[in-house]
Amino acid sequence: MTILDQIAKLGQGGLVVVGNLGRAGMIVALALLGPPDFRHGPALLIRQLYSVGVFSLLIIAVSGLFVGMVLALQGYNLLIRFDAVEALGQAVSVTLVRELGPVISALLFAGRAGSALTAEIGLMKATEQLAAMEVIGVDPIRRVVRPRLWAGIIAMPLLAQIFNVVALWGAVIIGVGWLGVGADAFWTNMQDYLEFRRDIFNGVIKAAVFGGVITWIAVFQGYNTVPTSEGISRATTRTVVYSSLAVLGMDFLLTAVMFGVN
Amino acid sequence: MQSRAIELAVGLFILAGILALAFLAIQVSGINREFDSKSTYQLYAEFNNVAGLTRKAKVTVAGVQVGLVTAITINPESMRARVDMVISSEVKDLSEDTIAAIQTAGILGEKYIALSPGGALETLSDGDRVHDTQSALILEELVGKILTSRATNP
Amino acid sequence: MTEFSSETSNLIEINKLCFGYKQRAVLNGVDIKIPKGRVTAIMGPSGSGKTTILRLIAGQLKANSGVIKVGGRDITRMSRNDLFLERRKMGVLFQSGALFTDLPVFENVAFPLRVHTRLSDSMIRDIVLVKLEAVGLRGARDLMPAELSGGMARRVALARAIVLDPQLILYDEPFAGQDPISIGILSDLIKRLNSALNLTSIVISHSVPETAAIADYIYVIARGKVADCGPTQRVINSEDPRVHQFMHGLPDGPVAFHYPAPDYRSDLGLDSTSHPSWPK
Repeated sequence: MTILDQIAKLGQGGLVVVGNLGRAGMIVALALLGPPDFRHGPALLIRQLYSVGVFSLLIIAVSGLFVGMVLALQGYNLLIRFDAVEALGQAVSVTLVRELGPVISALLFAGRAGSALTAEIGLMKATEQLAAMEVIGVDPIRRVVRPRLWAGIIAMPLLAQIFNVVALWGAVIIGVGWLGVGADAFWTNMQDYLEFRRDIFNGVIKAAVFGGVITWIAVFQGYNTVPTSEGISRATTRTVVYSSLAVLGMDFLLTAVMFGVN
Repeated sequence: MQSRAIELAVGLFILAGILALAFLAIQVSGINREFDSKSTYQLYAEFNNVAGLTRKAKVTVAGVQVGLVTAITINPESMRARVDMVISSEVKDLSEDTIAAIQTAGILGEKYIALSPGGALETLSDGDRVHDTQSALILEELVGKILTSRATNP
Repeated sequence: MTEFSSETSNLIEINKLCFGYKQRAVLNGVDIKIPKGRVTAIMGPSGSGKTTILRLIAGQLKANSGVIKVGGRDITRMSRNDLFLERRKMGVLFQSGALFTDLPVFENVAFPLRVHTRLSDSMIRDIVLVKLEAVGLRGARDLMPAELSGGMARRVALARAIVLDPQLILYDEPFAGQDPISIGILSDLIKRLNSALNLTSIVISHSVPETAAIADYIYVIARGKVADCGPTQRVINSEDPRVHQFMHGLPDGPVAFHYPAPDYRSDLGLDSTSHPSWPK
């Protein structure tokens, strides 16, 4: 293969990537723009909140508990060297509320809900359900994609906050209950340092962005899948890989914007 | 599953999420510690240097917290730092010659404002200024001073 | 309900239709006329582009060139919104049935009514039960699609396709993979619905006997072109050797049994020149 051929191949690959990005963008635009459907919209949204949010609740809560317990253990072991175990509550809550809460629950969400979304939509495509919707005169992007996107954007911040609270509870169990940090010091140090606008609200925004990005990727992979069983399994894997990378990348960008580098 | 049950489950989920957010807002970021405006009054003071002092820093009298810092701004006329604070109404009758000092909890700990009441009969009321202030003790400056004094007086 | 605006007796007129993916042309100048109120079959071997024609008529694919007039209006030049409006006058029966797997039979059939009309629940119930009765599955209304046999799923899908009383129904391989009883039921249904509801039906199929039994007209597509067309009996007796081979299922003919290959003897090394040592 000549160098020219390789460059041509590279260019072709680039065109495919840009083309896919364009298609993905159009799906989101078509789904989010346009008049809202007051007659069917709420029921569809509730249905999706159920399968995207409620089904993810258990894994989020259990993971949160363990993450909180580990943070308390590690934090304690580090802080005790500086004779500053009173700062445990502050250390754990800052880590959770700003970073680990949104990021870990987003990664779990991508594995639990994102992959299910891709498989579901891929299967709907393979069994001609999307085509059937089109010929019935219903736009599948409005009917199928729109409620799922909104459900992701709404469910993710709620899941992240639930994760935070459960994780904090885990940290209290270990830190206060087991390692003997004073409950008063634990809470007051936390309250002295954390601010609603800077820490908690920014965490909510992060989670909402992650939810939107994950469902966007999941929905597009489902929509773009090769309608065979092999194609669906590949698309499901791609959803988890791409959305995990996207979450971590976005997290860096958002953190840089929100908390700056002072 | 019946749609009624789904609606209930989703409702509970949203409720749980909002409660979690409320818990974080109140218990973790300590919004409840921003003293209620009815039972507090405001004071302010000007310092030459407030390095390290932050919003929400404690204000204490005799080591007991009685309020917190609400804002740190610069007074463009004097070019000094203006610190606004709220004080619990339970601690009224602070004398007019009270001293506000920026102190540090431990060597490396956080900065807070310590109020030391004097003996004057006049008292401070809402919106008054605490005139006597002592700025933050800056460790580097202190070390520098000791070194230079050693160098000049061996 | 809604009517196609048309003055001719042809519901669909397709002119010089071309379609292809990248280099490969699937359809290369196809002309088809679908008369109103009749069952017209579009037949041809696998890969001849039959299903592509169906998708083009339903507006799911965009033609490269040519005209597809449905009720006098060219659907190749319609906007996305107009196309969705136009599709409400069509019913399509997909090969797999394409029932919505998360909805029970009743809701599947009610789906088009719920999105396109504001009828009361009791009205919707009546219409759905009438349509389910027409396909003989009124008793299956509470089953989920996963609990249906292939033939039953197709009948439910048929009930869904006719629930808005369309003018036109497109059947995509309705007989593929069905047992003889299901084939009998389906072909009877297609014929009966066509006359009872005054529909126009297009059947895409490669099963000759079943299709010939219900079609008034047949188009045979081969290699992206119309190979023959006309009333059913005339096409069955076609003189064209390719059409003859297809309609009668002959194993060899213009469509050769052998995929193009080098000479068999030399491929096996039986040629004397390649192995001079072999005894003659």
